[in-house]
Amino acid sequence: MATTKTETAKVITPEMAKIPQGPLEKKWTNYKDHQKLVNPANKRRLDIIVVGTGLAGASAAATLAELGFNVLNFCIQDSPRRAHSIAAQGGINAAKNYQNDGDSIYRLFYDTIKGGDYRAREANVYRLAEVSNNIIDQCVAQGVPFAREYGGLLDNRSFGGAQVSRTFYAKGQTGQQLLLGAYSALSRQIGKGKVKMYNRHEMLDVVLIKDADGVERARGIIARNLVTGRIERYFGHAVVIASGGYGNTFFLSTNAMASNGSAAMQIYRKGAYFANPCYAQIHPTCIPKHGDFQSKLTLMSESLRNDGRIWVPKKLEDAQKLQRGEIKGRDIPEEDRDYYLERRYPAFGNLVPRDVASRAAKERCDKGYGVNNTGLAVFLDFSDAIQRLGKDVVAQKYGNLFQMYEKIVDENPYENPMMIFPAIHYTMGGIWVDYELQTSIKGLFCIGEANFSDHGANRLGASALMQGLADGYFVIPYTIQNYLSDQIGVPRMSTDLPEFAAAEKGVQDKIDRLMAIQGKRSVDSIHKELGLVMWDFVGMGRTAESLKTAIEKIDAIKKEFWTNVYIPGEADGLNNELEKALRLSDFIEIGRLMAVDALNREESCGGHFREEYQTEEGEALRQDDKFSYVACWKYTGEDSEPELIKEPLDYEFTERKTRNYKA
Amino acid sequence: MDSYINIKVKVWRQAGPKAQGHFETYELNHIFQGASFLEMMDILNEQLIAEHKDPIAFDHDCREGICGMCSMYVNGHPHGPDSAITTCQLHMRKFKDGETITVEPWRSRAFPVIKDLMVDRGAYDKIMQAGGFVSVNTGGVPDANAIAIPKPVADEAMDAASCIGCGACAAACKNGSAMLFVAAKVSQLALLPQGKIEAAKRAKAMIAKMDELGFGNCTNTGACAAECPKSVSLANIARLNREFICAKFKD
Amino acid sequence: MWLKDSSIGRKLVMSITGLCLVFFLLFHGCMNVALVFSEEAYNWICSILGANWYAIVGTLGLAFLIFVHFCYAFYLTIQNLRARGNDRYAVTARQQGVDWESKNMLVLGICVIGFLVLHLANFWFKMQFAELTGIETSAFDPQDGAGLVKFMFAGNGAWSIVLCVLYLIWLAALWLHLNHGIWSALQTLGWSNLIWLKRIKVIGTIFASLVVAPFAVVVFYYLGMGIGMLLA
Repeated sequence: MATTKTETAKVITPEMAKIPQGPLEKKWTNYKDHQKLVNPANKRRLDIIVVGTGLAGASAAATLAELGFNVLNFCIQDSPRRAHSIAAQGGINAAKNYQNDGDSIYRLFYDTIKGGDYRAREANVYRLAEVSNNIIDQCVAQGVPFAREYGGLLDNRSFGGAQVSRTFYAKGQTGQQLLLGAYSALSRQIGKGKVKMYNRHEMLDVVLIKDADGVERARGIIARNLVTGRIERYFGHAVVIASGGYGNTFFLSTNAMASNGSAAMQIYRKGAYFANPCYAQIHPTCIPKHGDFQSKLTLMSESLRNDGRIWVPKKLEDAQKLQRGEIKGRDIPEEDRDYYLERRYPAFGNLVPRDVASRAAKERCDKGYGVNNTGLAVFLDFSDAIQRLGKDVVAQKYGNLFQMYEKIVDENPYENPMMIFPAIHYTMGGIWVDYELQTSIKGLFCIGEANFSDHGANRLGASALMQGLADGYFVIPYTIQNYLSDQIGVPRMSTDLPEFAAAEKGVQDKIDRLMAIQGKRSVDSIHKELGLVMWDFVGMGRTAESLKTAIEKIDAIKKEFWTNVYIPGEADGLNNELEKALRLSDFIEIGRLMAVDALNREESCGGHFREEYQTEEGEALRQDDKFSYVACWKYTGEDSEPELIKEPLDYEFTERKTRNYKA
Repeated sequence: MDSYINIKVKVWRQAGPKAQGHFETYELNHIFQGASFLEMMDILNEQLIAEHKDPIAFDHDCREGICGMCSMYVNGHPHGPDSAITTCQLHMRKFKDGETITVEPWRSRAFPVIKDLMVDRGAYDKIMQAGGFVSVNTGGVPDANAIAIPKPVADEAMDAASCIGCGACAAACKNGSAMLFVAAKVSQLALLPQGKIEAAKRAKAMIAKMDELGFGNCTNTGACAAECPKSVSLANIARLNREFICAKFKD
Repeated sequence: MWLKDSSIGRKLVMSITGLCLVFFLLFHGCMNVALVFSEEAYNWICSILGANWYAIVGTLGLAFLIFVHFCYAFYLTIQNLRARGNDRYAVTARQQGVDWESKNMLVLGICVIGFLVLHLANFWFKMQFAELTGIETSAFDPQDGAGLVKFMFAGNGAWSIVLCVLYLIWLAALWLHLNHGIWSALQTLGWSNLIWLKRIKVIGTIFASLVVAPFAVVVFYYLGMGIGMLLA
């Protein structure tokens, strides 16, 4: 078992993570002052591959091209504008303090560290808070139509886990507007010929080539043209992975159907460490599941918790009547409602962080107080807000979300409280990167949700957009130069090199193997089975026993997949089922890695809740003396357990406390 | 209340861009009306896979109405018979027991079929590349609050910017015109002071690209706005016309 | 030349020629109403127009406008048909708020043009053309337009009734054409925004009615007269 290796585990020091010296607020400035740069003439000679066109990928590709590099950008959708960042609703944080409510860079840093349950790197998080302000400036300059006050200045709203209003938003479509901003910058560079865009292309492997000193460096990728089915080779002096998170391991999640963790798994198998895979965020405000045929869960913005109040009935018999459909939420009188978040967390109330809100909902539903036919839902009620602000104001603020809810559930949320339930939403874990966002493989970088860097064990609302754009616009364009500055003498390499051929063969062999199985089960049916195992045993409440069960079950699913999957059609053409099968083969590995990591982490922190480690009141109990580290998993082979490498987290600048949202 | 229905689905099957397409009809039983239209398509595909037949290729991704990837022409409407939604937000409660549902791809010369219901909308990307941006590089921009923008202007820009680039406008238009798509972007950026500076150049460049790519001429039927999943207004087309005509007369 | 090569330019040409024709129709309709009140007045207006140089310039201008409007209509339609691609939708449904006429402007336009030929043969050929060329094209004095009108619409027995009905059909097609055409022309010129969008549609309808109403009044006036004469 993996846990037995922890005794002799290797350690990553701050120097290995390249964390700059000096006081917290000077680290990034110091880094930028002393890093190496590439001059304009040399930039033209360097090719950079960027995989993904979400907030991180598109902003990085556009910015690197603006600087003068040649960029090859890949996405699996038909257009870079469709990356799933587009679905983020609520907003983006920045420490502008436009509201004069006491916000500062330090406070944003502190909230993020605390929200992440003290499992993130201080230096990275501080840098994130520092550049957050530049992001807002940049987006406004691009023409992002943020919401404004009547005076013409930018409006802010408050979000979970913070006591200031620092969230900038564009209706309920902030992710869309920010992504379209990055997409427009990217489009400009494509038009200029500085970015070569490859739509409907999926990365299937990274190509590593040893240089004269024997150092292995990322020099390209193998990608499959999803329309023609052709396997293609691409060279780059450096490769940037911005392929998003792996929430779809659970099959049902708020992710898009094609969101996947395959790029991360490919580079993991080539030697990049996978850090903290067990940290997955469960979002509290999703529309509950309604049937087995369900393909995804729809998220509703966390901003709803600003004005909506969450409750379940106080009396068990009321809950049972609701479950049988005999009464509706509005029929239950005020005194019989249990506003459990306000009861348990008076200081933050309905605005506690996502992990806390999700677990509290699970706790109530586990006790039998769930309010829909499956007993897996709680109410989110706007009747108070409608009384206080009027229906028009509520409609103006949340109208589009209410409409979306009504279209899906066929019930009017103005008249009857909405029903919500937690769902997998975001993965804080991901590929390990150093301060420069470089993975443990030279020349291979990882940005956005795909890396592990900034959110610790739990991400605060409106911070994902911030991190994606920070990495893409303001971090990687600097740090990648520090790497590329000594690569300027490296000529463009031929893709006929044996390393490219070998990587392509590996990919082709895997595809051939999959196509040859010709079993009985569809890809989705196996994926759904994996999803259920993940939700039941690696979900919101985990135990050593459940995780061991999960590992056994996942191993069985893996076997079933590799012997009994059926993929129709041919590999040399458009084949959705083959695409899904390739992704599922990686989800199975990720699911197992999540369980292994969760089993190793004998504590509760943020999105990772081990039922053995909780306070009497049911709050998460960290074990700082034992688990204050980043768990980096190193691939050791197809059939052997991964090796654990630790990066200790020494908190130099913040005092670690028990997260407390009560007072 | 949602219940279970039996339906027939008449789907356009086309093996490739050059292949001759045809309709095929499939029977589906016991479909829950609370399922989304794409979930029904998933069930149909599972059925086809079980019969070892080729599943129907269709574009879809976020399944929450924002990515703009889904693109089916259902019973004579882009995104189907409901207002202000994408195909993924269409639910089976919009259909009756025993109904035959006709599903077709977007049909427009600028959107060639790739396979079955999947079309190539790269033309929209090319229009964006011609001018759908503000020419600023990363960094060195003024403070976000340096220029105040009246709330009604910002709100109108936001409404125009809500376009998801799905192509329903051109698919709905009897002229195959992409004016609403172009107008949404031109409008958004022409309204905001940041985009105003190159507004004339943008309008000319985007229209020239749109014409070059073989989209038709707008005749103001309004079908685009009526079918737009994000209810982008026709007023944006008027603004685009104004921007373009003024720019041309200034030349 | 952007008026030919760009889609908005082409639409602008349609818009401006269309609007000019609308104003001509408005003038023509008002002039016709004179018939109802006084035949002398009508003939007096005719005499002003007749073979004077400005009337000739006006007529040539009109012919040019119609020619351009007509040619562009076909040019646009052919391009639009091509833009649809080779395969057509098997099912098309009506969209809410989309007028039938807006999708059938070419058909309506052809109706209007068709009747225009009839109209020119019936009247213009016998009036301005006769006056200009001096050729006797009918039994009527070119100066006595009112008499000609009266004969055609009322005095020609059952044929007059048929002609009146044909003219009413023509006017209906014209109204539909203008009901979309006027607001569409204004939209193309960019005279619209969120608030004016609906208003301009209403203005278009009112204006189309104002243009068609005088013609209709005259036709109904003679139709009544003709029926009276038949019955008498």
